[in-house]
Amino acid sequence: MENESGALSRVSGLFSARGYNIESLTVAPTEDPTLSRMTIVTNGSDAVIEQIVKQLNKLLDVVRVLDLNDGKYIERELMLVKVKASNQYQDEMKRISDIFRGRIIDVSDNTFTIEVTGSSSKLDAYLESLDSESIIETVRTGALGLGRGDRILKA
Amino acid sequence: MKPEIITGAEIVIRSLQKESVDFVFGYPGGAVLNIYDAIFKQKHFKHVLVRHEQAAVHAADAFSRATGKVGVALVTSGPGATNAVTGIATAYMDSIPMVIISGQVPTHAIGEDAFQECDTVGITRPCVKHNFLVKDVNKIASTIKKAFYIAATGRPGPVLVDIPKDITAEEAEFVYPETVALRSYTPVTKGHLGQIKKALDLLIKAKKPMVYSGGGVVLGDAAESLKKLIDTLGFPVTNTLMGLGGFPASDEKFLGMLGMHGTYEANMAMQDCDVLIAVGARFDDRVIGNPDHFLSKPRKIIHIDIDPASISKRVKIDVPIVGDVKIVLDDMLECYGEVKSDHDKSRVKPWLAQIKEWASKDCMAFEDDGSFIKPQKVIQTLHKVTNGDAFVTSDVGQHQMWAAQYYPFDKPRRWINSGGLGTMGVGLPYAMGCQLAFPDSQVACVTGEASIQMCIQELSTCKQFNLPIKIINLNNRYMGMVRQWQEFFYGNRYAESYMDALPDFVKLAESYGHVGMKIEKSADIEPALKEAFSEKLKEKLVFMDFITDQTENVFPMVPNGKGISEMILAGDS
Repeated sequence: MENESGALSRVSGLFSARGYNIESLTVAPTEDPTLSRMTIVTNGSDAVIEQIVKQLNKLLDVVRVLDLNDGKYIERELMLVKVKASNQYQDEMKRISDIFRGRIIDVSDNTFTIEVTGSSSKLDAYLESLDSESIIETVRTGALGLGRGDRILKA
Repeated sequence: MKPEIITGAEIVIRSLQKESVDFVFGYPGGAVLNIYDAIFKQKHFKHVLVRHEQAAVHAADAFSRATGKVGVALVTSGPGATNAVTGIATAYMDSIPMVIISGQVPTHAIGEDAFQECDTVGITRPCVKHNFLVKDVNKIASTIKKAFYIAATGRPGPVLVDIPKDITAEEAEFVYPETVALRSYTPVTKGHLGQIKKALDLLIKAKKPMVYSGGGVVLGDAAESLKKLIDTLGFPVTNTLMGLGGFPASDEKFLGMLGMHGTYEANMAMQDCDVLIAVGARFDDRVIGNPDHFLSKPRKIIHIDIDPASISKRVKIDVPIVGDVKIVLDDMLECYGEVKSDHDKSRVKPWLAQIKEWASKDCMAFEDDGSFIKPQKVIQTLHKVTNGDAFVTSDVGQHQMWAAQYYPFDKPRRWINSGGLGTMGVGLPYAMGCQLAFPDSQVACVTGEASIQMCIQELSTCKQFNLPIKIINLNNRYMGMVRQWQEFFYGNRYAESYMDALPDFVKLAESYGHVGMKIEKSADIEPALKEAFSEKLKEKLVFMDFITDQTENVFPMVPNGKGISEMILAGDS
């Protein structure tokens, strides 16, 4: 979409005005500074998804829309998790992080902050594997996606 | 020649001249004073000063509906813009091409809660096709060019251009671009030929075909093309409220309007057909009623529309054709030549006979013993007195439905009403837009005593610009449609639907310098209308206050949420 002020609110406004869900939304400029790329995770029947794509295409600021689910794609999300890491927890935390290929990026007397990337479901699985008592706070970017191989989205 | 250096305000004016704008409907205020100063110094277009910004947008909207050109309104920041919002949303719902220019507080004051500041671009975003905030004087001309292009192409709609006051004072070279290129906006015009042939194949094999045409035929100037195609195919046709005039009402193939207050035959045929072709229509709730009920009968549906998002929105479509309605219909007629020999026209005879039987119910008949003024009779007489050739605007409610039902329109762009948003108060400003566009034509505003009071102040504008509109006020002392729903669905509890403390409309009209008439007897309907439209009152606005039967309801009626064929008819109790 056009990298212009107001473009994001046109998209988010469309979703709220027409009653569509947004599970996550990420946006940032691309290698072409006049363009931003947005990844939206939503849900709905095939008819609803078809309408969402059509309605998005109608927005003047939207240059192209690709439904990643129409083909093969890769998905990544980044999460930072701050957990209790007093002596009794430390080994356990380290072990689980290794399994999920997480990295401990900040350490204090009582906490670890762990960075995990992967599909959204992998991040969910990571959180489930932790003792919920040990989680202090989490922050997630929302999913980003790219089509595999020759599947590209360009202006 | 070196480009001239002029102020932003002058660039606005010159850009409007480049777009061949005839009328700008507006209201001045602080943030647009530079623009108004530039208007003072020009003679290329006429500025029409309204009495409320809502009316400016409505009048520009009607000017567009009647002429097909882009309507232009100019309002100031803050309350000027918020007053315009109802007008903008009305135009948006009916896909009317318009450009609205709004003033904004100076760029350095934006976001500081300045006097008469509001986030106009934010407030109007959900009810415009697109909008712009211009923060650079060098971009005024190219933005206005884009605004007109976006408004008029594809599925039309209103476009707002918000310009801060300091930008209109700065100077820049005036260069008006010849063309517009927008990488994210390339409306389709030509329909897919394979789809058109697929549609024709279905149509010529249909035993029970039905044509359902909407506002897109009017907006796309496709009425002639539709008529040619239908004359060739010999199929029955219905129009939506927005499509009236898109197919001549006097044609024997016309079944009347369909929908919540459509005719029995149109609604029954819509439900019972085996192949339906929708032309520039959108299957909205007031037209097909409950979509599940509509889909309970099997039929193939072809849908021609310029907006892909209108296709399969409420009803799944078998053969979608995205394109400009006129171009698609012309292509379809051309392709018909190839399949003509396979078209056995006699196979629809039983279907036409069935429709004739439905029509024999005469669902539009109404009882009239002459003791009260029947609103339907007023409209029928209006049709007679104006030879069916007037521009008829309406407000919203029972009178709107009676005007749609009892004034058969043979030409497009003659019936001007708010179909989508259903905005009470549009009638009088709509009539202003029509009368200014066509000063020598008859313009009738069909309204009610509730609706007319929502923009009554425009009687003053009508005086200033000598607009000889004839106002047909169907005065039943109720918000009639609200009362009708309360009678049918709320046990006759008429909550707040009685219009108490009404003004004396005759004196009110006279106080503005117009002619007022009060008509209380059925026998006086025709003489009064004849007088109002006579040579003697040709130059005058005439406010005709018809005191009508309070208990009259609009029939047929499809109750909310019911199927299109589940109508209540006038005789049912």
